[in-house]
Amino acid sequence: MPESVLSHPAFATYLLDATYDEMLAGDGSTRPQYDAIYRQLAALPADELRYHQQAADLSFLNQGITFTVYGQEEGTERIFPYDLVPRILTGAEWQTIERGLTQRITALNLFLKDIYGPGRALAEGIIPRDLVYSCRHYRREMRGLAVPRDIYTTVVGTDLVRVGDGRFLVLEDNLRVPSGVSYMLANRQVMKRVFPRLFGDYGVRPIDHYGQVLLAALRSLVPPGRTDPSIVLLTPGVFNSAYFEHTFLARQMGIPLVEGRDLLVHDNVVYMRTTAGLRRVDVIYRRVDDDFIDPVVFRPDSILGVPGLFNAYRLGNVALANAVGTGVADDKAVYAYMPALIRFYLGEDAVLENVETYVLWDEKQRGYVLENLDRLVVKAVGESGGYGMLIGPHSTAQQREEFRRAILANPRNYIAQPTLALSRAPCFLDGRFEARHIDLRPFILYGEKVTIVPGGLTRVALRRGSLVVNSSQGGGSKDTWVLYG
Amino acid sequence: MAEGIMLSRVADSLLWLSRYLERAEHTARLLDVNLALALEQSARPAEQRWSRLLDSLNTMLPAGATCDPYNITRRLTFDGKNPSSIINCISSARENARQVREQISSEMWEQINRFFLQVRQANIDTIWKRQPHEFFRTIKEGIHFFQGLTDSTLGHGEGWQFIQVGRYLERAMATAALLSVYYVKPDDAGADTSGQMPEYLEWVGLLKSCTAFEAYCRVYTADLRPDRIAEFLLLDPAFPHSVRFSVDMVQAALCAISDATGRHPGDRVNRLAGRLQATLRYGQIEEIMAGGLNDFLSGVTRQSIGVYDALYETYIAYPIDQALTS
Repeated sequence: MPESVLSHPAFATYLLDATYDEMLAGDGSTRPQYDAIYRQLAALPADELRYHQQAADLSFLNQGITFTVYGQEEGTERIFPYDLVPRILTGAEWQTIERGLTQRITALNLFLKDIYGPGRALAEGIIPRDLVYSCRHYRREMRGLAVPRDIYTTVVGTDLVRVGDGRFLVLEDNLRVPSGVSYMLANRQVMKRVFPRLFGDYGVRPIDHYGQVLLAALRSLVPPGRTDPSIVLLTPGVFNSAYFEHTFLARQMGIPLVEGRDLLVHDNVVYMRTTAGLRRVDVIYRRVDDDFIDPVVFRPDSILGVPGLFNAYRLGNVALANAVGTGVADDKAVYAYMPALIRFYLGEDAVLENVETYVLWDEKQRGYVLENLDRLVVKAVGESGGYGMLIGPHSTAQQREEFRRAILANPRNYIAQPTLALSRAPCFLDGRFEARHIDLRPFILYGEKVTIVPGGLTRVALRRGSLVVNSSQGGGSKDTWVLYG
Repeated sequence: MAEGIMLSRVADSLLWLSRYLERAEHTARLLDVNLALALEQSARPAEQRWSRLLDSLNTMLPAGATCDPYNITRRLTFDGKNPSSIINCISSARENARQVREQISSEMWEQINRFFLQVRQANIDTIWKRQPHEFFRTIKEGIHFFQGLTDSTLGHGEGWQFIQVGRYLERAMATAALLSVYYVKPDDAGADTSGQMPEYLEWVGLLKSCTAFEAYCRVYTADLRPDRIAEFLLLDPAFPHSVRFSVDMVQAALCAISDATGRHPGDRVNRLAGRLQATLRYGQIEEIMAGGLNDFLSGVTRQSIGVYDALYETYIAYPIDQALTS
């Protein structure tokens, strides 16, 4: 009979119940992949761990690995809290995730090509036409426009959660400008610095080649006939919350980090302004939303974009990654149709299932949701980052009333899901190990083929009991280890 | 992709990054020297000496503030409203570094970021209560450390050359401005100092403000003579804080930049820098003093500004239609 971890003093307040725990089986024994790390951590005095924690925090601060918090004093920089205990996935678990995400991304790209092209899925009623056309991120301007190699999404970050029986479910897809990959990479660097021996012995699959794979994927979009092409990363600038990530990726790939004001369009060709004169730009990995990318075509008040960029794009003189209009598939109401769309385009069942989702413009589903607001999670379809969300069990009557009114005023704008018991993982907090809810965002790159570096960003809801893992809402992160075995 | 593409905006940020740091270092050194000097008796009234220091930095005290060491130190170190205060310079330098983070080495970025976080912790009252000297040493060392990292971790390509231009252009102008307040023409000075040459300690102060005291003594011995001091700080070819040395460095960096960007070596910016360099290289101190040192110094300042403007028009904000036709 294995000894229960819970008898260890550092685990005295560790919560273990029916919710899936990443490290502990139901009887309190460690899952095999966590054996060695548990033994290591349990043997270290709390002071030692605290010292490592502080060293890690300081390293993030000094490196300026920070994000900007909106809605506060301008330029408030915070580190993204980092937890020492890695999250470990076995080779078999990863294989399922990899297979499922590859399938999903393939289907999503076929879907995008379809809705901006022939519209087969719409004609055959797989997904309601009105639902697609009423997406906030649907771009009529993309109709009939062929994108290079039919790849709409060079980079996708898909959020997975793990439920009670250990299955991974897809919570949402981020197809516009997903962020967080720099934290995945930085967490690994810090982990290797803080626990070199532990890491070395574990057989963790490397992730450091992310930058190269991304660059290769961007290169695959270069317009034909262009020798010595220029690839750039377009950032909104230093005040963007993910600015650190933009500089990080540009450095990893060795490509220029440009702002809108560095670019200009002449005769439908994009140039950047360099000290040696103007230089043509061929591929833009843009971290600026569709809305802001070209004030001539989209929001006229945008100062982040480049006037004339969209026309250059239309004519195929420059490639954008991701393509314009991919946000349709981010829409949480469209998400509800993904299993059907995978079946339609690929003739397969989804390897990774969706979370059960109620589409609120459907009258029957809406009625059910409105009666059960206190048990469900309600989300605005076009929001991300944990904004515009009601978590029923943690909400006040007043908040529920506000959402009820908002839903009735614009049912198309909301979906609801059951409150999920996201899996928990051990975190080192205040000198003890505590169980906290986590999710997983792997990053899927689509170039010559689909590549997912083994890992992802594991986000942690650091507040006890909280289910919100977003960095803007008090979340933290962990290094994510995918093992060979 | 071709090696070494440099965005105009990046070049500008690199230049200003180093220019701001040079400015912070210069201010820290001036304050350090003058606070130490204030402990000694001097022929000049202390107030005059302090206002001269402000003049050389082109700064004024806010209306109503008395011209005393505390207020001046506060104004020049921590005053958020003074764009050239040390804290603002370091913060601006860091902000510029942040905007070109992927272009500088991680070592450089981490140093300036850590340095900024450290300096931000300090305030006028804690440094005043303890030893301001310690604080100014931290500032100078932090900046030297950054420069050392810059020289040893960043490739000496185009970006590094823009950093050189920023540092040495700022230095040339700061040294010229400092010289000009020490060599006031008799008719420009107030009645109580007319015709009076500052005495020994004053000249030590000037030399130390340029870290030049020991270097000067090695060349001329400790015999401090105003014309020799002017010659040393203005025309010495080997001393890193002399105007001549600084302009040489600017000119060399500009040549490297025009090479790297495939510009014509006879571009306006190179011609202007070359002319300024020639003025200093072939200048004779006797002639310069006879013709009026201050006029000469204003000429140096004016030409330095001209070099920066030309650089800006050539590499940073050039007209698009011209660039498209070329």
